[in-house]
Amino acid sequence: MTVPTDLDRRFRESAARSGLLDAGFDVVETPLGELLVAATERGLLRISFDPEPEAELEHLMRIAGPRVLRAPGAVDAVRRELDEYFDHRRQRFDLTLDLRGTTAFTQAVLDELARVPYGQTATYAELAARSGRPKAARAVGMVMNRNPVPIVLPCHRIVGSSGDLVGYGGGLERKEALLRLEGVTF
Amino acid sequence: MMNAVAGPIPPFETFYELHAPEVLRFLRGKVGRDRADDAFQETFLRALKAYGRLRHGEHLRAWVLTIATRVAVDTHRRTRETPGELPETEHVDATPAYADLGELTDGLPAKERAAVVLRYGYDLDYRQIAAALGSSPDAARQAASSGVRRLRAERRRQP
Repeated sequence: MTVPTDLDRRFRESAARSGLLDAGFDVVETPLGELLVAATERGLLRISFDPEPEAELEHLMRIAGPRVLRAPGAVDAVRRELDEYFDHRRQRFDLTLDLRGTTAFTQAVLDELARVPYGQTATYAELAARSGRPKAARAVGMVMNRNPVPIVLPCHRIVGSSGDLVGYGGGLERKEALLRLEGVTF
Repeated sequence: MMNAVAGPIPPFETFYELHAPEVLRFLRGKVGRDRADDAFQETFLRALKAYGRLRHGEHLRAWVLTIATRVAVDTHRRTRETPGELPETEHVDATPAYADLGELTDGLPAKERAAVVLRYGYDLDYRQIAAALGSSPDAARQAASSGVRRLRAERRRQP
């Protein structure tokens, strides 16, 4: 016997509204494929290009706590803003972020990353300089690679000093697609 | 990972997916199809509330069935109460209804508590309890009797 869809949905909705979840997640359809999106009461916690919940659940549990549940209602705002972004109706995200567990350096780099405007790029070295650590381009690369909320924090806009795309946690073809969406030529 | 031996707590999603069908089946048996949906919601919301306080991931099946049992008890109690009836405090001296077993057994380890409630609250036999707890009838009998012993000892300690 399986639990009827309606009943299952009702429980997940109540759980999301109850304020008892450490994190709620859902799989969101985008032109780049399915994304796993997770949010807490504080804000957006994670966007992952690997939509396989099994792989992500343990990770979410480690950062947020054990009460992690698939609850579409918990990520409604994120889903809406992502839809608008992919539909060329949004250039800035208004979501609050829950970046718990990040170091001061990572936080500084991500703050600067958030300021790189839509449709523009910056180099790893430039981002390092803006974060107050001009020699830390490589460390900035690591921060980009581990960006907890790609797309919303636009690590796809960070490129190598010669202008080549270098790398992307979600795969280079996704980085290209995001830049193309924003009208960047490269 | 040190606590791998003690049974780490799985993410709530995994726990829910694993036990939801059985809990629903159990509740349909206890409170009927009509009221099972609400009882199901209530059971997993209570579980969610308590989940953050769990110290290990063992006996989660017995644990959630115990919660379901208590919800079923509450459901029965609510149905029996109709407006205008005497308040419940009027029958405190009566033999504890199985409703009260839930609270009485609050301090017991999960498995013993489940065994006691299922045995004395619902009059299940040890074979059925074993099935609910995922253990053998002997182990179920042992859990129930050690639960009862613990309750007696507890009672003696109280003034």
